[in-house]
Amino acid sequence: MFDYQFLIEVLVGGLLSGVMYSLVAIGFVVIYKTSGVLNFAQGAMLLFAALTFVSLVERGVALPLALLATLAIMVALGVAVERTVLRPLVNQPPITLFMATLGLSYVIEGAAQLLWGTQVHGLDIGISDVPLDIVGVFISRFDLFAAAVAGSLVALFALFFRTTRTGLSFRAVADDPFAALAVGLRLPRVWAIVWTVAGIVALVAGLLWGARLGVQFSLSLVVLKALPVLVLGGFDSIAGAIVGGLLIGAIEKLAEVYVGPLVGGGIEAWAGYVVALVFLLVRPSGLFGQKLVERV
Amino acid sequence: MDATSNPRQTLPVIDRILIGIGAVITFGVIPLAGSDYLMDAVLTPFLALALAAAGLNVLTGYAGQVSLGSAAFLAVGAYAAYNLHLRLPELPLLLDLVLAGLVAAAIGIVFGLPSLRLRGFYLAVSTLAAQFFVQWALTKFGWFSNDNPSGVIDAPALTIAGYSFTSAAGRYLFSLAVVTVATILTLLLLQSQTGRNFIAVRDHEIAAKVIGVPLLRTKLLAFGVSSFLIGVAGVLWAFAYLRTVEPAGFNLDRSFQILFIIIIGGLASLRGAFLGAAFIVVFPLILSRLGAALLGGVFDSGVLEMSQRIVIGALIIAFLIAEPRGLIALWDRFRAASAAWTGLRKTFPATDTSRS
Amino acid sequence: MRFRHLKFALGVVGVLAFAGAPAVHADEQFFPLQSYRVGPYAAGGTGFFGGFIDYLNLINIRDGGVNGVKLTWDEGETQYEVERGVEVYERLKNRLGVAAWNPLSVGIAYAMIDRITKDKVPLITVNHGRTDSTDGRVFPYVFPLLLNPYSETSGIVNYIASREGGVDRLKDKKIVVLYHGSPYGKETIPIYKLLADKYHFSVEQIEVPHPGNEQQSQWLSIRRAKPDYVVLRGWGVMNPVALKTAQKVGFPADHIIGNVWSNSEEDVIPAGDAAKGYIAITTQASGAEYPVLQEVIKTVYGAGKGNLDDKKRIGSVYHNLGIVNGILNVEAIRIAQAKFGERTLTGDEVRWGFEHLQLNPARVEALGAKGLFHSINVTWDNHEGDGRVTFQQWDGAKWKVVSDWIAPDRASLRPIIEKSAAAYAREHGITPRTSGDDPVSQ
Repeated sequence: MFDYQFLIEVLVGGLLSGVMYSLVAIGFVVIYKTSGVLNFAQGAMLLFAALTFVSLVERGVALPLALLATLAIMVALGVAVERTVLRPLVNQPPITLFMATLGLSYVIEGAAQLLWGTQVHGLDIGISDVPLDIVGVFISRFDLFAAAVAGSLVALFALFFRTTRTGLSFRAVADDPFAALAVGLRLPRVWAIVWTVAGIVALVAGLLWGARLGVQFSLSLVVLKALPVLVLGGFDSIAGAIVGGLLIGAIEKLAEVYVGPLVGGGIEAWAGYVVALVFLLVRPSGLFGQKLVERV
Repeated sequence: MDATSNPRQTLPVIDRILIGIGAVITFGVIPLAGSDYLMDAVLTPFLALALAAAGLNVLTGYAGQVSLGSAAFLAVGAYAAYNLHLRLPELPLLLDLVLAGLVAAAIGIVFGLPSLRLRGFYLAVSTLAAQFFVQWALTKFGWFSNDNPSGVIDAPALTIAGYSFTSAAGRYLFSLAVVTVATILTLLLLQSQTGRNFIAVRDHEIAAKVIGVPLLRTKLLAFGVSSFLIGVAGVLWAFAYLRTVEPAGFNLDRSFQILFIIIIGGLASLRGAFLGAAFIVVFPLILSRLGAALLGGVFDSGVLEMSQRIVIGALIIAFLIAEPRGLIALWDRFRAASAAWTGLRKTFPATDTSRS
Repeated sequence: MRFRHLKFALGVVGVLAFAGAPAVHADEQFFPLQSYRVGPYAAGGTGFFGGFIDYLNLINIRDGGVNGVKLTWDEGETQYEVERGVEVYERLKNRLGVAAWNPLSVGIAYAMIDRITKDKVPLITVNHGRTDSTDGRVFPYVFPLLLNPYSETSGIVNYIASREGGVDRLKDKKIVVLYHGSPYGKETIPIYKLLADKYHFSVEQIEVPHPGNEQQSQWLSIRRAKPDYVVLRGWGVMNPVALKTAQKVGFPADHIIGNVWSNSEEDVIPAGDAAKGYIAITTQASGAEYPVLQEVIKTVYGAGKGNLDDKKRIGSVYHNLGIVNGILNVEAIRIAQAKFGERTLTGDEVRWGFEHLQLNPARVEALGAKGLFHSINVTWDNHEGDGRVTFQQWDGAKWKVVSDWIAPDRASLRPIIEKSAAAYAREHGITPRTSGDDPVSQ
């Protein structure tokens, strides 16, 4: 007999994991949307943020203070990246910018480990992860919390982009950089803000993922989970990142549990990519991506 | 104009002489006088990576399709050669090499199919499917590694017509010969109509279609040729350099490394692939030696290594800012300047490898 | 055209290759270290190589070397990558008086087997490496000391049996093995099957794809399978995530048994409370209370020459593994010196030392390592050396030993190892040695 309860459990677990993927993917989207850069350093930023926070806390800095300090450092990092990397590379082909962010990820990873060491750290954000038992279906409290955080983050962004002046200029740049320039928006400022926003997303994602994995070098590898989400949802759509994340999370888990045993398991590493790929063959710019012929 | 894009350009005498000298040095002087370290740890990996980069450059630089899955094709080449050698021992090694390249080409064409619908980063990220799938399959199915308990296989010795290339010099010469032949053939291909089709597809797909370039065939051919070269490079990497094959070595970092080589060396230039490979292979070694020699007593090796990582990353960014067209542009400018200075040539063709 | 830049590069590299090599004095024994202090596995690398260097320093400072022969070393960073390991090998192999290679990486070790056999220098793969290299008849220079992967498997099953009250109680029990999706992870699949058939328990083996930062589906499958025990054959970030996810699906930590690469502080600390009660196999106990550790603290760290930045890590699992590895290397040199003379030995002479590396519990106690590890008995044809294992439980702050020293059931595994070694010998045209005094054939 087919075990529907188990199916639901896998599905819910997958959707909640998907939220975690979305969280990383959003960091990519905000940058790509405004500057056309696929920022591979997002993983390194995530590592850097989490490592900075944990190291400060371990050195006896009070939690809110550590959070503020990390935030300040991420803002500084965002501004610095805009000035030293993006601005000089303006108008270069996207592939060059992509490679530059790869170089950037070396710098950030190196700096993070040089500053704070290569030790692994535990990160306890105070949620005991004893599962909730809802009519026999186990649901993780931590994942629910993470989903709530991701949801409020997205809501906050929506508010920011719709109501503030900076947010409006962000949308203007995303829609049409040339028109935005023509009406007098300062692109470098928008970029600096965008990188700052990405830094904040990295901090939030870094803390949540850090609490799941421990804070260590492997944290930077979570970008690999975000990439198929981006392909599926579209590189330039926040909504796409969320829906894509949920879909990839759910499909990945269902595939591993129900298809995996047929081929010996471990298919999660590529199942997300294949799903995204098949989908793209039908709809080449993703779920919510803009239809643009672009060249790299 | 890049030499590779003008088939009728005859080489100046001085270049022929230099090529001759280069051949004598690379085929004669180095194997006789070079240290084992130089050949085993520097030149052999350099040659393998340069060939892989040349392969990726065919796809990305010439045909304009970005791939992040190069390491997968290296792996396919290495494992195919291993299995051919194991299961059909009567085949000569050189034939194994070619067949391994063809297997890689076939897999490359399959994973190149999305390029018919996808562009840019969407295509780039979907080539990651190849990256992860191939690594998974090679680990998962014991057949590929002859059911070796730990999945790591020893590469057989390089033997051709009874002569065994087991010394460092032998392996270096073998790699050099393979890379030279492959490079010359690639050069010829790129100068043919096919090569021009690649560039047409890269520069303007619709225009290319209008003037009658078969898009489907050209794109898949680019994937095939590229994967063939990368597959052969994978055989060199596994058989001549590491002498062991394990799937973990063909990871995403390796794919990025090859992409770095062609970006830093210069897109759409085979010479660029060699320059870039030299930079990526040699530079970190020099940096680590310098660091150890200058600061080894002060800091431990972890600190040094992390500092190097920062320096390499920063240099890559600095380089992309200073010369986005790659080392090859620097090189050509340097040659133009020196030619003008010595008065050997009145004019030197301006280099333009940038696109659109 | 492209050949010209090559010359430049070669020139630069050539100069640098020779500039860095200092002269070696007559009485020194050199350890080339392919360490990894950067990258995803840096935590293990700094601990192990830190412990190894600390012990070598102890011998130099306290005893003035081994019978007056100074121990020297040089590190080359590999980041756990095979080709960097090969580069370091080629860079350091020509230094005078190379004693042995200790890469602590399966991939690098594999790439070196041909090379070190040709160069006649021993390759030590403590607790890891190629299982069939246990057969010293075929692999004269390779030493998977203390514990190879097969013995580890048997040790874990024996431990579970002892918890259940004897091997006959294993009948109808269910064990899930959660393994890392890599050659390392897959290596013991047939051994678990073999032991399951032998003891009539059922085994289900589930793969976690590398790097293992997401294990929801695997643990849901485990929850559905309702096993009595889960064996964790992990590596790196996979371990804390497994423990966290186990908690998420309500699987008790004290029924998860970690293998030898899932047994360090780095594997449990990131998991926080979820790791409390988790049990793992080990060949060396953790903690700094053993005399040899105390001497390292007093003599080496006291003199400001300690290798670990963070003194809290003294006595951690990887640090102690490094110390034990130091003891094994140094004692092999000492034993070889007794035969060949108190001077710089060749690699082949050090190999002889390893092939006679017999440290009984009394000798281990004399070395200040009683309780740190049990004993070792390497012979010319058994390069593993009958090491014993023990099990430790994480109490939230440190590891506590919870079992006796258990001997794996090596006799039933030896035939599989010999078969595999024989196949290797056939493939490579090696004539297996028939006695320890045989000249080593190529």
